[in-house]
Amino acid sequence: MNADNKTYARYAEKRAKKSPVLQNCARAFTVGGIICCAGHALRVLWSAAGLSEDDSGMMASVTLILVAVLLTGFGKFDEIAKFAGAGTLVPITGFANAVASTAIEARSEGLVTGVGAKLFTVAGPVIVYGVSAGAIYGAVYFVLTKLF
Amino acid sequence: MEYLFAFVVGGAFCALAQILIDKTRLSPARILTAYVVAGVILGGVGLYGPLVGIAGGGASTPLTGFGYLIAEGTKKAVDSDGAVGILKGGITAAAGGITAALLLGMLASLVFRSKMK
Repeated sequence: MNADNKTYARYAEKRAKKSPVLQNCARAFTVGGIICCAGHALRVLWSAAGLSEDDSGMMASVTLILVAVLLTGFGKFDEIAKFAGAGTLVPITGFANAVASTAIEARSEGLVTGVGAKLFTVAGPVIVYGVSAGAIYGAVYFVLTKLF
Repeated sequence: MEYLFAFVVGGAFCALAQILIDKTRLSPARILTAYVVAGVILGGVGLYGPLVGIAGGGASTPLTGFGYLIAEGTKKAVDSDGAVGILKGGITAAAGGITAALLLGMLASLVFRSKMK
């Protein structure tokens, strides 16, 4: 087992060294940029539909989440992600894909301890640390603005 | 023009993450978590707001934008409700995205079957 791990680590290192960083970067930049342009267009569209600026931003994210979940369900998201790397991971699409793919995979383990729990495999850390950082910031902001 | 900024800024966030993945082999979950926390910090110190002003979807679509939402929501809630806003503002601002992801993820698990290769 130990030897296997070492062999794998060496194999992984060899593969990783070959990975062309510049090319990966260009792909991530291009696909990520396109998704962000789509996000921007959706903000404009939702705002034209009469939503407030905050709400059109939210609905733009929700629309991208819907698209990412559907692509995940049909098995297309992984194909795009294989090409784009961080280009599909960093936009909200990556978050949606992480939630949907773990949920779909966990279906066989049941709806409660499978789907319900595993849904949070990636969403959990993101929400826990995002919300915690927000609360710490809020406390600092409160002390700085209200007490001085 | 605004789409050019959205493309460049959004693309830059993704390219930076790609470098981190290739050079440090951080797992995607760690990248996402780091990006959200970075967004909270950048939003908190007042740098991310102007970036959203310039790049629109280029700054709000990456997960840092999610962190910025949390910071902004917390700030607004503290401004209007005082100390209790520390506990309310973050999730309130992020509620739409979180709820949509959880609901749609849950529904997807009912509709789609895992395609294990």
